[in-house]
Amino acid sequence: MASIQAHNLYKVFGRRPARGVEALKRGFTREDLRHEGLTPAVIDASFEVEPGEIFVVMGLSGSGKSTLIRMVNGLLEPTSGSVAIDGMNVTKSSGEALRSIRREKVSMVFQHFALLPHRTVGENAAYALEIQGVNRAEREKRAAEALAMVDLDGWGGSLPGELSGGMRQRVGLARALAAGTDILLMDEAFSALDPLIRRGMQDQLVELQDRFDKTILFITHDLNEAMRLGDRIAMMRDGRIEQIGTADQILNDPVNNYVAQFVQDVDRSRVLTAESLMEKPIAVIGQDQGPLAAQKIMRENQMSALLSLRPDRTLRGVALESAVAASVASRRADLPLLGPAETAVVRPDDLLNELFGIAATTEGPLVVVDDRDRVLGVIPRVTLFAAASTQEIDLDDSPNGLAPSTVGGSL
Amino acid sequence: MNDTSIFPRINVGEWGESGIDWLRANLEWLFSFFDTVMSWLDDEFSSLLLWPEPVVMVIFFALVALIVRSWELAVGTLVFFSLIVATGQWDNAMLTLSLVLIATLIALLISVPIGVWAARNSAVSAAIKPMLDLMQTMPAFVYLIPAVLLFSIGVVPGLFATVIFALPPGVRFTELGIRQVDSETVEAGHAFGATPRQILRGIQLPLATPTIMAGVNQVIMLALSMAVIAGFVGADGLGKEVVSSISSLNIPKGIEAGLGVVILAIYLDRITAALGNSGDYPHSLLGRLRTRRTSRAAATETVSA
Repeated sequence: MASIQAHNLYKVFGRRPARGVEALKRGFTREDLRHEGLTPAVIDASFEVEPGEIFVVMGLSGSGKSTLIRMVNGLLEPTSGSVAIDGMNVTKSSGEALRSIRREKVSMVFQHFALLPHRTVGENAAYALEIQGVNRAEREKRAAEALAMVDLDGWGGSLPGELSGGMRQRVGLARALAAGTDILLMDEAFSALDPLIRRGMQDQLVELQDRFDKTILFITHDLNEAMRLGDRIAMMRDGRIEQIGTADQILNDPVNNYVAQFVQDVDRSRVLTAESLMEKPIAVIGQDQGPLAAQKIMRENQMSALLSLRPDRTLRGVALESAVAASVASRRADLPLLGPAETAVVRPDDLLNELFGIAATTEGPLVVVDDRDRVLGVIPRVTLFAAASTQEIDLDDSPNGLAPSTVGGSL
Repeated sequence: MNDTSIFPRINVGEWGESGIDWLRANLEWLFSFFDTVMSWLDDEFSSLLLWPEPVVMVIFFALVALIVRSWELAVGTLVFFSLIVATGQWDNAMLTLSLVLIATLIALLISVPIGVWAARNSAVSAAIKPMLDLMQTMPAFVYLIPAVLLFSIGVVPGLFATVIFALPPGVRFTELGIRQVDSETVEAGHAFGATPRQILRGIQLPLATPTIMAGVNQVIMLALSMAVIAGFVGADGLGKEVVSSISSLNIPKGIEAGLGVVILAIYLDRITAALGNSGDYPHSLLGRLRTRRTSRAAATETVSA
């Protein structure tokens, strides 16, 4: 069962908001409603977050993402639709039932930290436990453990005012971790921090998530942050979720121009992996075939290079068009192959910016192999360079959005 | 003139009077109960203030100044409170102080809960705002008339009028302070499952304390100004001295009693201001104590880590 399930959430601000939901369902726009004095913040949002997943909601300010996250733990009541946490309906709960969901299931980290300035760091970290009614000794112990997780051991006696922004947010994170809930909601948690500190916090969050297997719903307006953290990303605009997908899916297969334009500025080389760029080798050549056969296959498939594989699908070598042509001209019988050592061999999760360095020192396409050296696919050089350039995106012609279709199948 | 006016004569004043008459006729028992309680309180507290030798009390007030604010205020207190003693106004000053502190206490007991209520409920806030305006702008003397009718002459009508006059800033500052608390911090309380009471006590009131203390300061100042006016209805203290020096045109007595009021006012203002922003006075005894405590806590943390 999904940790968080949101079904057709609407949130409209203003007088008698329910009529706004009706109007939106009948096809009226946000602008139409604004004339009526209604502000639709979230429109028909549905998503599910699986246990152990980092689910990022990404959108600019005013896109409704903060409203969305506040409906998840019931800080705001949806105008229509429902939210369930571990199958328990948050929207229908109120009073003590809602408070017990918040105490036991879901913690939150805030953009501006929201620490209590009159309490020490240790007392802040223990706040959720205090609310849960945990006794003093136990909560001090668990707060100290949580502070250690975020590298703040020894700061328990300080006041939040004595800490830097990054440290304060780590206290906020420790408070949420100490609560011991499986789900963390993070509302622009790193947005108020310096870029350098933000990177460190992102790394720390990923590390903590690996260790404790938390389910995280993360809100951000920073696409690079979304791409770095998110197992899946929901792109939000004007209250609607435009697309939900992995970073690769959103970069390579944007559903509309808005998403496409949005991802245009992403540093693609830090997001795209070899796996997302590679293609299945269309044709391979057997061990005993000569240059003539190779030339024929290349011509038929319009390829500039051809892989030769061993029976266990490991790489024997790569035949390049120029070398094959020379062999045919000099009527030699053996196929000229570049061995694995001379070929660019990469792993599926290598990032695009790492691939460039490898490509620069070798000839021919990049060959992607798994951890047992079996060939998974190839990345033609054209694809490599096209991927780095955002200008090549053409939604209509190229479904994968990376390379012109004429070179799509060539090696 | 009156005969030709297109406006009929509306006897608002008489309605008010019949309202007071009704109160006197029907709620006598309540007012006599208030009367008993308040005069007992004032008697006990003023005799407590007057029980030690004036020198002892002057030193006590100077010590309070040293604890909550600074040695400068302590020295000033020693000098100027001694001046009150030397001008023969000590007993009157203590009677006034007793009236002010009791009125402040009662005013806060009423106004802080109302302020909390108004902060949480905008309808309540809108409803009480005009009442507060009325209470604050009605000339202070007007309160004395019904007060005398309800409680007759003495300290209790003075106390009653003082409480009503001093109440509004207590409500306003409490409401303002709570509404000003960072909404994200309050949200954090909700997000971790705190009850409204836990949020009020653990987050809203502590974070609103500086603002509420500014309100307490205002309440005390208004109470002091009203306590002087209360001299007109026979409340003993500096106010009565001022009133009698007006009727006998006794300039020296007026100056001495007036100075006593000024000195009390400045002392109470500085003390309550320091209580509201205790962080601003690190050299007070309280401040030193706090610094030592946090640094010791930090030290033990480091050792245990």
